[in-house]
Amino acid sequence: MPKCKQIEKLNATLEQYEQYRQFIIYKDKILALGNDSLEKTIAIAVALCLVCAVLVSFAAVALKPLQVGNKAADMKKNILDVAGLLEDGADINKAFSDKIEAKIVDLETGEYVENINADEYDQRKAAKDPVQNVSIPKDKDIAHIRVKAKYAKVFLVKENGGIKSIILPINGYGLWSTLYGFLSLDPDGQTVQSINFYDQQETPGLGGEVVNPKWRALWKGKKVYAETDQPSLEKGLITEADIGEPALSLIKGSVDNTKAGSQYQVDGLAGATLTSTGVTNLVRYWTSNEGFAPYLKKVRTVKEVKS
Amino acid sequence: MSAILNDETKKVLVTPLVNDNPITLQVLGICSALAVTSQMSTSLIMALALTLVTACSSAAISAIRNHIPSSIRIIVQMTIIASLVIVVDQILKAFAYDVSKQLSVFVGLIITNCIVMGRAEGYAMKNPPLESFMDGIGNGLGYSLILVIVAFFREILGSGKLLGIEVFKLVKDGGWYDPNGLMLLPPSAFFIIGLIIWGMRQWKPSQAEKVEFKIMSIAHGEGGHH
Repeated sequence: MPKCKQIEKLNATLEQYEQYRQFIIYKDKILALGNDSLEKTIAIAVALCLVCAVLVSFAAVALKPLQVGNKAADMKKNILDVAGLLEDGADINKAFSDKIEAKIVDLETGEYVENINADEYDQRKAAKDPVQNVSIPKDKDIAHIRVKAKYAKVFLVKENGGIKSIILPINGYGLWSTLYGFLSLDPDGQTVQSINFYDQQETPGLGGEVVNPKWRALWKGKKVYAETDQPSLEKGLITEADIGEPALSLIKGSVDNTKAGSQYQVDGLAGATLTSTGVTNLVRYWTSNEGFAPYLKKVRTVKEVKS
Repeated sequence: MSAILNDETKKVLVTPLVNDNPITLQVLGICSALAVTSQMSTSLIMALALTLVTACSSAAISAIRNHIPSSIRIIVQMTIIASLVIVVDQILKAFAYDVSKQLSVFVGLIITNCIVMGRAEGYAMKNPPLESFMDGIGNGLGYSLILVIVAFFREILGSGKLLGIEVFKLVKDGGWYDPNGLMLLPPSAFFIIGLIIWGMRQWKPSQAEKVEFKIMSIAHGEGGHH
């Protein structure tokens, strides 16, 4: 039988060669035509599209794993950064999987949702999907984002069996763009550890300074919720807040740390009033009942906010 | 070099740098020159990307120039340019993720950059591939030169840094330099490019346009910038 197979193979090759020859003949015929003939115009257009499509799809497919890896690593880097765990030269993937756990939270009830795979869930995509999002009533939409995902993806930093920090995804409108970032809180759900905006298009050097490590360092130790009913926010953008209401705001100029209420204030960004207002609003939005307040009430290790 | 490059190649490689600079003389490609020049690093990557795209698209278009039907000429050029830009964008996303994030849409907008189209239509359609390739490199370098000069001034005056390395210590960090916020905004590039064009035309008066008395005849064939 092997001979028969060889003949079959030979036949197939011959057929291929014949097709190739036909193609060459056709190609020569087309190329010999006048440039403005209809047939040549169509043939050139089709051939060009084929070549370009192959080129583009080859690049897209071949580089896809690298790009997806970059994107995931970048996101992990941002989360490690806001958790204060980012070390130069350390393996990001390993550090992330060792110390950080992703959880899905139902924003309305504040309960964990177990039937969604947290690793695959993309909150930003979900916020755009009509099935998975909810629109925000206008009077409550202080962050100007119009829609939010029903379920949010939070990250917990574990240490010695306990929770070391709670990392919340936040977003809201600044001056030019929607800022996306993470807010990291102590387990008391009240004290800020750090904030990190990983996606924003604010004016470089002005509003874009939200990424400046020096400015971000000012957030450490600030309190999110008012602990007294008159938190004395003299220069702040809000003047009063009830106990347990979001109170954190950016102010114009520098915070005087000796004054009462300074724990609810962060320096505004010089020359970027609208970005500062946007950041205040988005932090207050995501820490309000619309955002993570129900969730934080449940996970808080210290049950009541001290008054 | 001179043994390999003939006169034509040398000419197309060198003249776009000063004598026929795409930005200062032809005033093409202004849009991206405003957008990406607030930092040296983004400008350098942008310049490299544009140079590569211009060179490769010119070479590809030149290679098939005798068979491009004139009725779909522009579409053929655009298809080739767009494919190359997408490939460059994909490569940046895979190998220089941080920079590609900063450049965002501007890599994609190389497609509409008049320099690329201008060279394809103005040079590659009439000349052989190697010369067209060199012409693309030359014009890309001319664009790069202006981009780097603009970025140099914008980064050093706007944030006291060069390539992200601190040169002037800023007042807010306890230094002496108070950065000029305008330099970080796109309009500042207009001023700098304007000054460069003025300087060039003072240096080489032949580059200045002649005063046109007949206002009706102002319509330029090659005008427009994106």
